Amino acid sequence: MKALVWHGKEDIRCEEVPDPRIEEPRDAIIKVTSCAICGSDLHLYNGFVPFMKSGDIMGHECMGEVVEVGPEAKGKLKVGERVVIPFTIICGECEQCRRGNFSVCETTNRNKDLAAKAFGRTTAGLFGYTHLTGGYPGGQAEYLRVPYADRTHIKVPDGLSDEQVLFLSDILPTGWQAAVQCDIQPTDTVAIWGCGPVGQMAIRSAVLLGARQVIAIDRIPERLDMAKAGGAVTINFEEESVVERIEELTKGKGPEKCIDAVGLEAHATATLDSMYDRVKQAMMLESDRAHVLREMMYLCRPAGTLSIPGVYGGLIDKIPFGAVMNKGLTIRTGQTHVNRWTDDLLRRIEQGQIDPTFVITHRVRLEDGPAMYETFRDKKDACVKVVMTP
Amino acid sequence: MRSETARTRRGHAGTQTATLARGLGVFSIALGLAELLAPRTLTRSLGMEGQERLVQAYGVREIATGVGLLAARDPTPWVWGRVGGDVLDLATLATGLEGDNPRTPHIGIALAAVAGVTALDLYCAKALSGDGSQPRLPLRDYSSRSGFPRHPDAMRGVARDADIPRDFRTPEALRPWT
Ligand SMILES: NC(=O)c1ccc[n+]([C@@H]2O[C@H](COP(=O)([O-])OP(=O)(O)OC[C@H]3O[C@@H](n4cnc5c(N)ncnc54)[C@H](O)[C@@H]3O)[C@@H](O)[C@H]2O)c1
Ligand SMILES: [Zn+2]
Ligand SMILES: [Zn+2]
Repeated sequence: MKALVWHGKEDIRCEEVPDPRIEEPRDAIIKVTSCAICGSDLHLYNGFVPFMKSGDIMGHECMGEVVEVGPEAKGKLKVGERVVIPFTIICGECEQCRRGNFSVCETTNRNKDLAAKAFGRTTAGLFGYTHLTGGYPGGQAEYLRVPYADRTHIKVPDGLSDEQVLFLSDILPTGWQAAVQCDIQPTDTVAIWGCGPVGQMAIRSAVLLGARQVIAIDRIPERLDMAKAGGAVTINFEEESVVERIEELTKGKGPEKCIDAVGLEAHATATLDSMYDRVKQAMMLESDRAHVLREMMYLCRPAGTLSIPGVYGGLIDKIPFGAVMNKGLTIRTGQTHVNRWTDDLLRRIEQGQIDPTFVITHRVRLEDGPAMYETFRDKKDACVKVVMTP
Repeated sequence: MRSETARTRRGHAGTQTATLARGLGVFSIALGLAELLAPRTLTRSLGMEGQERLVQAYGVREIATGVGLLAARDPTPWVWGRVGGDVLDLATLATGLEGDNPRTPHIGIALAAVAGVTALDLYCAKALSGDGSQPRLPLRDYSSRSGFPRHPDAMRGVARDADIPRDFRTPEALRPWT
């Protein structure tokens, strides 16, 4: 079959690889009908995530048709059914899964030792990601082996198109969980850093959950326009001061809730930092990675919440923890517990409360995937979200 | 707009600035090697004997910055790093002006040279950071892509019925006072 294969930094190729087979009794094989590129894939593409191996198959946002079912998944899945595959592989039985903390499932990571070394304890297995999370082949391919398939799926009701439901695999529940983590009150201002696909979904979720005001921050004009369309007040951090604008919009008190939908490759803003700060950052020989986190910690209203769907991999430097502690901020973060939210979100899609297809800007064949990684990363051609069909 | 961004990375420096940044990278490494391998020559000509260790440390810094400049996809933070290094250099050189150092004229020349490089670094850093550039226009019009069936104001709170799990709720007493 064809698949997008990681070979190193900025080196992803569409190649012929062996078809996946049923390996465990709870497995199923799906024929992928649609898949997408995620901002998390960019961290792999840019070489920021350790423990990738040449030959790893990319992709954790996909859906398709069940073509084969292992003996222990029978009864839960049938050949021919349409399913969206959540990016977190879940057993559904361990203590964490039973509490709904699916992204820290204790069973599904087949490299638990590696994960425990990096994170102290194991986290769930993830598709198309580092070997720290199991190194499971991903769904940017013609076929996908789904481990623990009896639990790791979302069934698609008739009448919904691929594009309407595809993002249940990741970015819609991720934006939703980001907003839910804020426990939004009708009086809240929610400030969201990053207007990529995750930020866009977080904006819509915050509006639906009733935030009084949603502020969105980025520097890409067409992404900011899309944010505004979803009901956000926008700040272009390249043209205006984030601090000043947020002061203005919150009467000098700061947003009650802040969401980091940027992650470890944050760009240093041109206006917040004085030259001195930027020089200092650079002198630590650390790139501007934790930039958004620092800005949120500083700007958030006392007793507020920082919600962090943006991905971090390891260590970050110069964190103003004094601000977090003294202001009594709550931090909530994590890979998304996808299946915890998908029933509710599917219902909202069916009821027409939200149509996630608004974010799709590029539709290509799988073969054109490698080039689209660059287009998406560099925001060329007004790219916001790429959907591929094998 | 479209053609300009077809080649360059969106929001990243043009080729001229990128070339300047690479040049500064090579310069950094060369200077760093000189500082690391022949610190005595430098300190003697500046009348700053005894500072060899410091000069070598600065050499390591220059090399690291230089490698960063050449290797990084985005050289911006590294050029700012050079600006910071320049400030350190200037400050260190200035200490050589204190007392009755017979090599004061040499230090003057060195100061002038470093000041020149600092100006170049600053210019490059500012160009890379996009200071003073024109506001960028959207490449395409997404202003009607709301994802909602009605105006966002009409959608506000539609999902307040959502069953927010208990473990995701902030205890009342800890909520920000608004
Ligand atoms: N927690 C999860 O389960 C989960 C799931 C999916 C994605 N993610 C993560 O969410 C993040 C965003 O994903 P995406 O698909 O939207 O990616 P993306 O790369 O398209 O979006 C990131 C956006 O942040 C903007 N940005 C960069 N620096 C900024 C700054 N200083 N201030 C404000 N905005 C800035 C960029 O211009 C870009 O538009 C990534 O880190 C991704 O790995 C997490
Ligand atoms: Zn993702
Ligand atoms: Zn589990």
